[in-house]
Amino acid sequence: MSRETVAELGARLRRGDATPTELAAQARTALESIADLHPVLRYTDALTERQAGRAARILAESPEEAGPLCGIPFAYKDVLCVEGVETSAGSKILEGFIPPYTGTALQRLLDAGAVPVAVTNCDEFAMGSSNENSAFGPVGNPWDPSRVPGGSSGGSAAVVSAGAVPFSLGTDTGGSIRQPASFCGVAGFKPTYGRISRYGLIAFASSLDQIGPFTRSVEDAAHVFTAMAGHDPRDSTSSPAPVEPVAEQLARGVQGMRLGIPREYMAEGLEPGVRSAVEAALAQLEKLGATLVEVSLPSTEAALSTYYIIAPAECSANLARMDGVRFGLHVDRKSLTDTYLETRGQGFGPEVKRRIMLGTYALSSGYYDAYYRQAQKVRTLIAEEFDRAFESVDALVSPTSPIVAFPKGDKSDPLSMYLCDILTLPVNLAGLPGISIPCGLSEGLPVGLQVIGPRLQDARVLRVAHAYEQSTPWHTQMPPPAPAVTGTPS
Amino acid sequence: MTLARDQVTHVAMLARLGLSDEEVERYRQQLDTILAHVDRLQQVDTSKVAETAQIGGLVNAWREDVRGECLPVEKALANAPKRRRDHFEVGAIQE
Repeated sequence: MSRETVAELGARLRRGDATPTELAAQARTALESIADLHPVLRYTDALTERQAGRAARILAESPEEAGPLCGIPFAYKDVLCVEGVETSAGSKILEGFIPPYTGTALQRLLDAGAVPVAVTNCDEFAMGSSNENSAFGPVGNPWDPSRVPGGSSGGSAAVVSAGAVPFSLGTDTGGSIRQPASFCGVAGFKPTYGRISRYGLIAFASSLDQIGPFTRSVEDAAHVFTAMAGHDPRDSTSSPAPVEPVAEQLARGVQGMRLGIPREYMAEGLEPGVRSAVEAALAQLEKLGATLVEVSLPSTEAALSTYYIIAPAECSANLARMDGVRFGLHVDRKSLTDTYLETRGQGFGPEVKRRIMLGTYALSSGYYDAYYRQAQKVRTLIAEEFDRAFESVDALVSPTSPIVAFPKGDKSDPLSMYLCDILTLPVNLAGLPGISIPCGLSEGLPVGLQVIGPRLQDARVLRVAHAYEQSTPWHTQMPPPAPAVTGTPS
Repeated sequence: MTLARDQVTHVAMLARLGLSDEEVERYRQQLDTILAHVDRLQQVDTSKVAETAQIGGLVNAWREDVRGECLPVEKALANAPKRRRDHFEVGAIQE
């Protein structure tokens, strides 16, 4: 296992101590060695070779053009499209789907010379908080394989946590980057909604979805973010605002900053080990010169309900395109209606069906005003409360998740699983940037600290997280080595 | 509130989801529990609030009305389960 960051590997490449092909091969070997955790759905063989060759040429012929990601291996979640490489969204309905084009975020990483190595396991269509909803089987947490890595980007969190790749990509609709980052003890950054193009991301809930990185350090998250961020005419919801330079701001520290602690996020329901780790982190931020201020976000309690109307409503519309006509599974029946019913009935797993049902219900005639319209109004209230808080504080700090990684199979009823995301999903509803960084252990399992900023203040979020990270040892912690495989009996 | 079985089958039909009898019953119970939880939304006073339309504050995203790049036919059809010449093949809507 490797602790090396993007920055360290980049330095090795520039010194000539390693080649992109060697780093990709090392990543492949490391990923194969954790195959028992099942974080990888497939390898990107030909693309890996091609990109490693390209990166090597850039490093050799025009090193001044090589950015921080040139030659660095990475993995990406199975919902991001790359031309010619299967993307299945963790679903039987898209098994074998070969995207005919490459999404913008991935294209920008390829342009920066980064080298994709593997496609990671995730909850089906990114719906879930444990990775147990993948049609291709669950993922184990590197810290304890009997526990979940979180979700929905569980595979992407696990491969960075295990030290197999220095960074990976995930997507976050209600916490799907930050919660697995918290469970696996790595950094996970969800940028401002619209800061990174969603073109080429298989849509779950279009008004909430955002692509972001998992990394071993905040500095690395800033590098990956910078490579992907910025307006894209192919995503009309992407922000036209210029991207602030992040790197220069990173090291400015938190001296003199006002950090808000949302009272509702520290309420009952936090595991004692999570509470004590987060309280220690708050004390550390104070020691670094920040002023802590208690703030209130009274609509927090309504956020879960709001989310579980809006996200399923959007998913029910987005997933209508899985009809067995243009791509994906096709179950042939005599009538077109029966073809749809069978294709979708057989192709989707239980959680996806549940959310399509919930969303269809909320949008159906007679219920639209009571559910969907009301949820969009409460969403406004939630966003306004955040805006008001940011009038008196620079950023908010809280736990990422009220709990640490739980055992597989522990949350079999849907509502108890949904409750895992109560501290992350309000951030998506309000379109804000948020990051989770490691802030300690509770009974041997990682605890995550969440930093939330105002819209488009991605750099500020990274700056607070970096200041904390650099003053504590938590980001250097690695999962305990896997128990030795028992050999043949002697 | 209690969700009736025929409401569940109606929603499944709207969503074009073929469900087994067991699935209908399971989703009836689960959706009932979830809806009972989300019903607390009704208690929030939103009389003076507008719905969120675009969380990033964008209003319209205009572009010139010119033809851009598009996917070539062969690429667009490459994943089609059934095709006929340059088209997706779909079953008849009416007999």
